[in-house]
Amino acid sequence: MSGLTKKIIAIAGASAFVSGAAMAADLTVVSWGGAYTKSQVEAYHKPWMAKTGKAIVSEDYGGGIAEIKAQVESGNVTWDVVDVELSDAIRACDEGLLETIDHSILPPAPDGTPATEDFLPGTLHDCAVANIVWSSVYAYDSSKTRNWNKPTTMADFFNTKAYPGKRGMRKSPKVTMEFALIADGVPVSEVYDVLGTEEGVARAFAKLDTIKDDVVWWEAGAQPPQLLADGEVVFSTAWNGRVFNAKNAEGQSFEMVWDGQIYDLDLWVIPKGSKNKEAALDFVAFSTATEQLAAQASWISYGPARASSEARIGTFHSDDSINMAVHMPTAAGNFKNALQNDFEFWADNADQLNERFNAWLSK
Amino acid sequence: MADSQTAPLEPITAADGTPLKKKLAQALFRSRVRAVSLVVPLFAFVMASFVIPIFALMWQGVYNDRFSSHMPNLTEQLTMWDGLTEPNEIMYGALVADLTTARANRTIGRVATRVNQEYPGTRSLFTSTARKAKKLKPPFKESVIKTNKKWDNIEVWQAMKITSQDLTPGFYATALDGRYTVDQGFVRQDENRQIYVKLFWRTMLISATVMGLCLLLGYPVAYLLATLPLRTSNLLMIMVLLPFWTSLLVRTTAWIAILQSQGVINDLMVYIGITADDARFSLIYNMTGTIIAMTHILLPFMILPLYSVMKTIPPSYMRAARSLGATPTMAFIKVYMPQTIPGIGAGGLLVFILAIGYYITPALVGGQDGQLISNMIAYHMQKSLNWSLAAALGGILLAGVLVLYWAYDKVIGIDNMKLG
Amino acid sequence: MAKLPPYTSTGEYIWHYVYRSICGLIFLFLIMPIIVVLPLSFNVEPYFSFTKGMLNFDPAAYSLRWYEDILRNGMKAPDAPFDWAWLADTWNNGQWIRAIRNSFFIGICATLLSTALGTLAAIGLSRSEMPYRRLVMSILISPMIVPLIITAAGMFYFYSQVHLSQTYLGVIMAHAVLGTPFVIITVTATLVGFDKSLVRASQSLGAGAVTTFRKVQMPLIIPGVISGGLFAFITSFDEVVAVLFLASPEQRTIPRQMWSGIREQISPTILAVATLLVILSIILLTVLELLRRRSERLRGITSS
Repeated sequence: MSGLTKKIIAIAGASAFVSGAAMAADLTVVSWGGAYTKSQVEAYHKPWMAKTGKAIVSEDYGGGIAEIKAQVESGNVTWDVVDVELSDAIRACDEGLLETIDHSILPPAPDGTPATEDFLPGTLHDCAVANIVWSSVYAYDSSKTRNWNKPTTMADFFNTKAYPGKRGMRKSPKVTMEFALIADGVPVSEVYDVLGTEEGVARAFAKLDTIKDDVVWWEAGAQPPQLLADGEVVFSTAWNGRVFNAKNAEGQSFEMVWDGQIYDLDLWVIPKGSKNKEAALDFVAFSTATEQLAAQASWISYGPARASSEARIGTFHSDDSINMAVHMPTAAGNFKNALQNDFEFWADNADQLNERFNAWLSK
Repeated sequence: MADSQTAPLEPITAADGTPLKKKLAQALFRSRVRAVSLVVPLFAFVMASFVIPIFALMWQGVYNDRFSSHMPNLTEQLTMWDGLTEPNEIMYGALVADLTTARANRTIGRVATRVNQEYPGTRSLFTSTARKAKKLKPPFKESVIKTNKKWDNIEVWQAMKITSQDLTPGFYATALDGRYTVDQGFVRQDENRQIYVKLFWRTMLISATVMGLCLLLGYPVAYLLATLPLRTSNLLMIMVLLPFWTSLLVRTTAWIAILQSQGVINDLMVYIGITADDARFSLIYNMTGTIIAMTHILLPFMILPLYSVMKTIPPSYMRAARSLGATPTMAFIKVYMPQTIPGIGAGGLLVFILAIGYYITPALVGGQDGQLISNMIAYHMQKSLNWSLAAALGGILLAGVLVLYWAYDKVIGIDNMKLG
Repeated sequence: MAKLPPYTSTGEYIWHYVYRSICGLIFLFLIMPIIVVLPLSFNVEPYFSFTKGMLNFDPAAYSLRWYEDILRNGMKAPDAPFDWAWLADTWNNGQWIRAIRNSFFIGICATLLSTALGTLAAIGLSRSEMPYRRLVMSILISPMIVPLIITAAGMFYFYSQVHLSQTYLGVIMAHAVLGTPFVIITVTATLVGFDKSLVRASQSLGAGAVTTFRKVQMPLIIPGVISGGLFAFITSFDEVVAVLFLASPEQRTIPRQMWSGIREQISPTILAVATLLVILSIILLTVLELLRRRSERLRGITSS
């Protein structure tokens, strides 16, 4: 072998040794990235690392249970704790992809209330423990001068005469179809009943047809603030925390409309076969304690999943004048016309409605 | 002489006495073995890491034993059932037994999702009934229907009968916008759920458009490169090879930056005055953007084969045609172009085959009407986790590509593929 | 530009220049995205468009912040003073740095594997006594033709069953399979022009098969092997679909990182990385060109 070849092989081998060595972390926690992950790092990761002396590696992903499924089925689970949407948690639990979490390990509230009573209803499941309540709303940029009346209802989103321009909507039937029905006049308590019927689905699509040509479809949570800032759209549906952050941490002048908000939960799950199960359970119990959930609320405007944390919500971490409590989805002023995402409905109908939605999109 | 005519001809032998023919056959055999043994390592590797995985996936497109493996008793009953008469007490009994076991083993979710694919809305039916199954007492038919009236609907049972079959054409039926039912065989899917056939047509259409555009743009450039002196053409070739060698994502990102409504082209149009500031062209996140980006990415694949064919055409043919009185146009059409047909075929087929399998570019710049079938396959693999449907869609795509590949082999020949 | 022959008519003159301008426009189309990316990567604002400052060549509108972000993104303490600890921090935690390390590691391993196997196979296939030549050749070239999405989905499904998914080995195998067709094509093309009498001459001088291979065949086909290897390396370096399916976040390569950057947060760091990749492509192209000229010299063909 020539000298050059030998050198190449030596370099390849050396770099293999250096890069191929697995980075040993005590715990891998996976979340959605951006401002949300930052709020978790500050409120959960850092205190836990200080308390236990262990290291956490933080990863980002785009949602869905495909990676969890791939890891569990291949027997090579590298994720220890994952932050998922409720429907994904239920689905993954059904498929046997998650470890069960015994609720007795969760710490009680400071006044002694056991965890099972302190957590809001519907937030504790066999394989998952909720951490936050988040909401889908729509937002607009108030700095772009227009002669509008301020929009206040969901119907305004669909009103292209009074509010001309493009709209951003999530490229998924979830939330989009419920918004269409609410705007069409269906009371929030009946939305899922209507959506469960053939006429209801047709009605939702008909309402969406009225704005279809003006819609820019987004897929990632970071896109709506980008679209609004670029001026690509005048309205956009978005996740409330992202809009709040763009407004207060990045200096954008966005306003949100809470009418017709659809709130949902995010939960911690542990993939089955995780190599650090003990540490993972400890982390889940620690991060969903009263103090920690209240602490995350000072970084991003997502509501804590425990009742005892509500009283402890403070001010925004970098600006004491902003009282976070009023910006929560569950705050009294925002909660008037709210709908909870019905995960059973979507678990049943997601496949079918996704097909119909894609077919409608491609018309 | 009389001896050599009457005596039988002796076979010629080699130095060690064995007949020459045999020796030759042995030597030939040895050299064959040597040639084969050089190829075997790669062949085995390609088989193990490429061919077998694809076959394994394709098998999922027709074989799905999720239901039958977790609900054995009910499967047995359903096989005997004709699909039309009302289900009887034994079947309900098998249902309860299986639901109880599945709930204990935590496999009920998989069964529920599988049946839900066939008959939407049944997932919660299964999970909720399974929770109560342990406590149900005979007569099971009454108690099950009391738990949930939906069980009385024969369509649920028909859906279960279909999913209990391991070997099923159902997924391919869905991939072609149909449904496989127990009583009527193949039927067309509801109109508002038909997307796949449309997507296949759109993929073909976009690929054909891209192929046409590449031909239109690539032919003049290839001709120029082939006829210019080598030094100049090598320099100009850099402009073809540099995009070819640049990462696909880099080029797609660049196109996003250029085509978006606040991007370079629109800024230029507003600056020149062709369009107003709020009426910018929508060049991206739609079919236009997909076509432009794909043409740019696949253009070198058209230019390089054309160039290598055109380089072998001697210029004397054109000169001869001119000397016989043809106008330049006539000479070009009648003499030059026919000789480039192999290059056109090679480049065209290559571009078409690559285009129909494209995933990245439509995913990034396609928006809603620039999506191709490969995006749907990825969606089913990663989001809806319906791997069997993904396999069926992939199977149809693969069959189409293999047909084209075979055509390419017949027309041009695989071993004549050149990369410039 | 060569002078046109004296018998060209006016129409032909006009057509000649029109034709050159059309070709010029097409070349511009080909090269424009790459040229546009370079200056945009120096934009001081986090936008994908030329700001007024940039168009006026205002130095304040340009900055290297995105290049710095390549190093800083993912670091534990990005604002710490620039010393060995900072370098160690970025080497261990920087997301882009990790992606770059992974890309090179996976690329080099996959290239070595595919070049070795591909060269051997090409030599075997070039022998006329190889049985079922056409069939075997088609199977070995098929990874280039089968739509990548099907290949990636199939590998994802199968490798998960054999516990190879989400590992370095799985990704390397996938990339090696995708790179071998290129090696086979280029080495076969080189072997087509190979003079078989050289082999017979060396054998007649007493060399065994291995010695003949090492000393006579290899030196002459090395340019083909290396250009095939370069194609394979670029294929692996640029490959994103298989990595999307098969790699865990630990094994993210540069294209995978760019993909999540484009989908999730559009940050011009991607443009900075893109510029660096373009420069890399230019270097590789130059290497290829030099090799081509060397092989022409070896064979005694001069450029006209």
